[in-house]
Amino acid sequence: MIKTSLPVAARIVDLADESATVRTLVLDRSLEAEPGQFVMVWLPGADEKPFSLVRADPVMLAIARVGPFTTQICALRVGDPLWLRGPLGHGFVLPPRAADYRQGSILLIAGGYGVAPLHFLAERALAQGWHVSAVIGARTAANLVFQRRLAALGAEVHVSTDDGSLGERGLATEAAERLIVARGAHSFETLYACGPEAMLAAVERLAQAHHMPAHLSYERYMRCGFGVCGSCAREGWLVCSDGPVRHISAAQDRTTREVYP
Amino acid sequence: MDSGPDTRVSLCGVSLPSPLILASGILGTEAELLARVARAGAGAVTAKSCSLLPRAGHPNPTVLAWEHGLINAVGLANPGVDAVVQELARAQELLRPLGAALIGSVFADTVEGFAQVAARLVETGPDLIEVNISCPNVHDEFGRPFAADAVAAAEVTAAVKEAVAGRVPVLVKLSPNVADIAAIARAVEAAGADGISAINTLSGMIIDVHARRPVLANRTGGLSGPAIRPVAVRCVYEIYQAVQVPIVGIGGVSSGRDAVEMIMAGATAVGVGSAVYDHGSELFGRIGTEMVEWMAKLGYSRVDEMRGAAHR
Repeated sequence: MIKTSLPVAARIVDLADESATVRTLVLDRSLEAEPGQFVMVWLPGADEKPFSLVRADPVMLAIARVGPFTTQICALRVGDPLWLRGPLGHGFVLPPRAADYRQGSILLIAGGYGVAPLHFLAERALAQGWHVSAVIGARTAANLVFQRRLAALGAEVHVSTDDGSLGERGLATEAAERLIVARGAHSFETLYACGPEAMLAAVERLAQAHHMPAHLSYERYMRCGFGVCGSCAREGWLVCSDGPVRHISAAQDRTTREVYP
Repeated sequence: MDSGPDTRVSLCGVSLPSPLILASGILGTEAELLARVARAGAGAVTAKSCSLLPRAGHPNPTVLAWEHGLINAVGLANPGVDAVVQELARAQELLRPLGAALIGSVFADTVEGFAQVAARLVETGPDLIEVNISCPNVHDEFGRPFAADAVAAAEVTAAVKEAVAGRVPVLVKLSPNVADIAAIARAVEAAGADGISAINTLSGMIIDVHARRPVLANRTGGLSGPAIRPVAVRCVYEIYQAVQVPIVGIGGVSSGRDAVEMIMAGATAVGVGSAVYDHGSELFGRIGTEMVEWMAKLGYSRVDEMRGAAHR
């Protein structure tokens, strides 16, 4: 016998519009999952695609209406069924607790609906006593989601929009860098990010420059979701099973050591 | 000096450091991924089958894991031979220092199409070409895989052999979804096949009882993994008795014992695919180690000595 990966039926028990394009669904199922893991959502006759978990107990999903499949999911009502396969992949990992149990800080950086898996992480981290700062960015105020949800959990929320319609004007990574500089070196134990790939590349540079580890969550078209078909390969790295979260340790190359002995 | 059993084999004149081969359709989409599997211990790696033009493949769901294996209907999604030629050239660069061979896999829906793709693919210089005439998820114009008909299978084989003009050995991959696989094997050997890969997946279906419909968007798909191993071993056994050319035994292998079993049935090399689901690409190293342990236990010093042992 091998571990099965077949869709399991679930029902929608609650739904809410987070913005004009993002809707959250709460299902009648719970999963044992880690923040950053994902599920394949199947609608018979439509499609099956990966979605991050916003919450696992009970399952909560954030669906951004970006194509025909997500439009179909958003047309579902309370009581309607949909199918889940998972949890799949490897997620975010919180840093080891300091020996003196001093409360540490982590920084979450979200681009658009990339905030979904970071919500799960924030909830887990806050429950474990971490101080959680979050910079959530979007192109414009209307695309910004989860600001209130994160604040309600107890996270310190900073907002940025590309057009300055809400919060700081500019990119989330620029706002994050200002926060890191203002708080001082080693203010955050790890950076956690999910968003467009260009944003993730910027977070990686930011983490390297400030000698912090970074956990970055990637998105790719997937088929199996469990490391077999190779559809989501990214230079030898499988987004579905090696990731979707990539763990990068703090920069320790010779150059930086000379600059910061 | 005792260096233990020798795992090297020669497949159609191509020397492999290990008889373990990454089977087609698993992790074969990208040069770096092929190299990762070779580093893990595969003696050869097979790229995902490619066609003349890009194919989107079937809609999702396309790959699932059930209690005893996988079922898939990816539908031969691939970026087309022009893109694959570039990818395989990069793969060859990465594989050469590792000593692992590269197998290009071709697919088409006409005899001429097979020849065209193969002619284009050999430009990159893969070490072998595998002709996928047996995918259960796509069919010829008569609604069946070429591998289901001895005449059609032989025609494809002859056309590909002519197209590659002796530049690389040609393996023809057979389907278990036939009444007499040995007859198909004899036909492709007579048509010039340098070797035979067996088996491709078994046709199957899984229905979700809540949804009241098949889970795969294509409805039917190909079964692979532990459930099909005895079918694969039987097919390799029958083919070994029917032909002289070497056989790549494929189907449900996930341990060194399984690999030895396949070789004893008559395989020269052993494909490993779906076991990546349970164990990751690193399983090639583990299977290789276990195979060497079995060889030592059973008193074999070379893989060749085990081949066909079950036929005595």
